This record gives sequence, structure tokens and C-alpha cells, in this order.
Amino acid sequence: MKVVYFAWVRERIGKAEEIVEPPAAVHTVADLIAWLAGRGEAYAHAFETPRVIRAAIDHAHVPPDTAIAGAREIAFFPPMTGG
Amino acid sequence: MTVPVTIRLQQDDFDTAREIAALSAGRTDVGAVVSFSGVCRGGADGDAITALTLEHYPGMAEAEIGRHVEEALARWPLFGVTVIHRYGRITPGENIVLVVTASAHRQAAFAAAEFLMDYLKTRAPFWKREESAAGAQWVDAAAHDAAAAARWTKS
Repeated sequence: MKVVYFAWVRERIGKAEEIVEPPAAVHTVADLIAWLAGRGEAYAHAFETPRVIRAAIDHAHVPPDTAIAGAREIAFFPPMTGG
Repeated sequence: MTVPVTIRLQQDDFDTAREIAALSAGRTDVGAVVSFSGVCRGGADGDAITALTLEHYPGMAEAEIGRHVEEALARWPLFGVTVIHRYGRITPGENIVLVVTASAHRQAAFAAAEFLMDYLKTRAPFWKREESAAGAQWVDAAAHDAAAAARWTKS
């Protein structure tokens, strides 16, 4: 699946998007965050405080317990500061 | 009847007066047009902001604003809605965002504009990075913005 990152999440990871293939045990958005955080120092830094990370699946906000099965694009980003 | 809705994300500035005029042009049922302009501040406390850079999530930003416009249309009797949000580098004094709502009476137009702005602040995928003499840093989300959005879900 395609994963995209924005703002300081993107900066800390050092890339805007990538294709990932998490293991079958990764069911939810929270599982995916925990799995990504284990991929190295940059990821650990980006996801060091999971409760502040916001997620979207296919362009819609989702809570952390949302299943990721069938998702085309999952986004991770900090709380929004537009307007 | 379909209510005219305009949602635009753009790097360029917009013409506020023209957008306001467009919502009542050629019709006589509009009795109230409310507009909100968000403008880039230069900062206070001696820590002057020299510019803002707005990052956004293309595709989701349009979709998310569209969902909130649909909700506004369901909650208030509106005759037109325009939302324009800029992205990229913006300097103090420049426009950032515009919300315009039209209705027969002021109450609906005021309420819908405020509702849309409160949700734009907390739910539309935009992120501000401030530049100052001290360097650049991402703006933290403000708790009062979350509280402002939350009051629209109370009974």
C-alpha cells in the first residue's frame, strides 16, 4: 500500500511517500504506526508520540483503531494548522 | 435547486471583492453575504514572522473542505458558498483563506461562515511553517481552535 507523509512527519522520515508491505499482523492504523516506528531512527523520531499523529485513509480522516485492509493510500501527519 | 459551491486551492492571491459580488450576481433572493478573510500576520512579541509556507494534502484538502461545505448546506438555508485556500509561501499582509456564504438572512450566513472556518482550522489538511529571524518552524495546533470546532457538535 501507498503511505504518504506531511509536514514534520515528512521531514523527519525524509520522504513524502513510499510503498510499504506490512506483515499480516498489522491490522489497524495504530498497528501500522507501531510497525513503521520500528523501521529505523528516522521513523522512530517521526512516530515517537503516536497520540499526536493524525491519519487518513483514501483522503478521509480515520481514528487509530481503523482497519487498513483495502486501503489504497494511508496518510500520516501532525494536527492541522490551516485557515 | 443546486446551490452554487466554489472550492479552490491555489498558490495565487484571490480578489475578495469579486468573490463576494459573485455570490449575489444576477439574483434577487440573496439578502445576506458574509465573508471571512484570513490574513498572514507579521507576528508579535518581537519575534517577527517574515513569511509562512503552507503545505497541503492535494486531493484530501478539496475532499475534506467539500464534506464540510455539504454539512453547512444541510444545516443552514444557503444560496451559495465559496471557499478559497492558498498554499505555498505567503508573506505578512497577504491573504491566506477566504470563506463567503450567502443566504436570505444574516443569521444563516454568519453561522455557516463561522462553522466552515472553525472546521478549516482543525480538519482541513494544511500545515503552516513560520519563518522568522530565528529560523523556520512548524506551527503548533492551538487548543482553542479545537474547542471552537467542537462546539458545533454540541446539541
